[in-house]
Amino acid sequence: MSPAIEVIGVAKAFGTVVAAADLNVAVASGEIVGIVGANGAGKTVFVNMITGYEKPTAGRILFHGQDITPLPPREITQLGICRSFQVSQVFTSMTVFENMLVALSINRNRGLRMLRDIRQAPLAREAEELLGRFGLAAQRDRLARELPQGMRKLLDIAMALAARPRVLMLDEPTSGISSEEKFEFMSVVMGALAEGNVTVLIVEHDMDIIQRFVSRVLAFSQGRIICDAPPAEALSNAEVIQYVLGTDHAVA
Amino acid sequence: MAHRDHTLRWLALASFLLVVIACFVPGWLLNQMLFASARGLAVLGLLVLWRAGLVSLGGALFFGLGAYSVALLQRMAGITDALLLLALAAGISGLSGFVLGFLLRRYRGIFFAMMNLAFSMILYGAAVKNRALGSTDGFGVAQPSFFGITFAEPADAKLALFAVLVVAGYAVMCCVHWYWKSTLGWLGAAVRDNEIRVEYLGYSVERVIHVKYTLSAVLGGLGGAFLAMGLGQVDPDSMINWVASGEMLFVMILSGSASVAAPFVGSFLFELLRTYALEVAPLAWQFIIGATLVLLILFAPNGVWSIFARLFGRAAAR
Repeated sequence: MSPAIEVIGVAKAFGTVVAAADLNVAVASGEIVGIVGANGAGKTVFVNMITGYEKPTAGRILFHGQDITPLPPREITQLGICRSFQVSQVFTSMTVFENMLVALSINRNRGLRMLRDIRQAPLAREAEELLGRFGLAAQRDRLARELPQGMRKLLDIAMALAARPRVLMLDEPTSGISSEEKFEFMSVVMGALAEGNVTVLIVEHDMDIIQRFVSRVLAFSQGRIICDAPPAEALSNAEVIQYVLGTDHAVA
Repeated sequence: MAHRDHTLRWLALASFLLVVIACFVPGWLLNQMLFASARGLAVLGLLVLWRAGLVSLGGALFFGLGAYSVALLQRMAGITDALLLLALAAGISGLSGFVLGFLLRRYRGIFFAMMNLAFSMILYGAAVKNRALGSTDGFGVAQPSFFGITFAEPADAKLALFAVLVVAGYAVMCCVHWYWKSTLGWLGAAVRDNEIRVEYLGYSVERVIHVKYTLSAVLGGLGGAFLAMGLGQVDPDSMINWVASGEMLFVMILSGSASVAAPFVGSFLFELLRTYALEVAPLAWQFIIGATLVLLILFAPNGVWSIFARLFGRAAAR
């Protein structure tokens, strides 16, 4: 079976700055992969290229064997690759429930069905169910802009999940969340994802989160993957320690 | 608990009462109601765009196109039936909006606003410089027939036209109300809030804007067509010029975006305001109009509909 995501010889340059250089990696269905690296190492560019936000200057990206390199973000999303963002992207003037309704409705309706009343009972039930899975049921009628950072991030991920993704990319999901709350946050997220056999790629700075929640680590430095290994092995790798963790870092 | 939406019932009742009232009001007031409702249709089109965060400074583009379509279809094709003229004018306007939409859907903010103004000024220039289009004076529009009936009395024809306008207005309000409740309608607010999220939910932002732009063009054209028939003439200054676009924006802000009926109420208030401002201060009526706009933005930024909603103790519908 072809990998869920296959990146072949992908490169990306912004002028003279190389953000990705000859990346070659395959991610199997159902894998949970952590993407680590110092700031500017090329992690987000990697995610942006897979989700169509940035186009590679060379190379190809395949999704279950289909070349998605030239596709715009919405077509990549329609195929089943969804994402959340470092800065949560929600509809701030809508309530939490309305955010979910819009996200679900876009993905369940096409063509003339887009003209059907958005408050259809099946959609409303699904929205309630998703909000419940993400612990947001009590926030149902709050405006998204009034949510605390953590809840807004959860909503962002819940909306991405509305498209029933086969691959979900989480860009720094715990940034801006206190260290006391991050494990609970990630447990909620991974619990919600566990039900769908979703392939997950997590860009993350927090190595505790990486160790606990992923099965494989891709470590980036200067646009290159310097290590591709299970967490324990990756976090004790000399290059990873030097370029990602810092030399004073000790892995428990 | 599910909230039952009675909007359309109230609008049906209001529309019926409006036609009844129109039977008894003096001619000048019927004219005001007719002109206001015609402009209200176009303003409702602008409101469709506004709810997606888009402001057009060229609302008169499609308004004028609809008006001139009626005049030219009557003059050149000999079409006299009001319904056919209305349908064709709305269609021509909508088609123009659809074609222009391929370009305009790429622009936001001031560029979207000014591109619309630019196209309206191109149409204005074409109308002013073209003798076949009546140049600066425009030309007359004959009294139309209704289902093959031609009224002997102009007053009866005007009343019939107003009745058609109210029915069309009600149908339009139902469609827009229905549209706003649909997924595509909600995507207006979604685009206004966050285009990136819309794209990453798998839907084209440009398509959302294109649909809204075309709908806005249809409504603008329909409004212009009614005004041309109600006024009995078309002219570039009152129908295509940027001042006409500015008036539509004024009415849009005066109305607020809370309801599909708001543009019609706002438009009627504007007609009254302008009429009385001209009467009270013939040389400084713009002062009154301007001061009203300032007060409105300061004290009722969500338009007069929000005042009604507060008075009647109802939260303004989103």
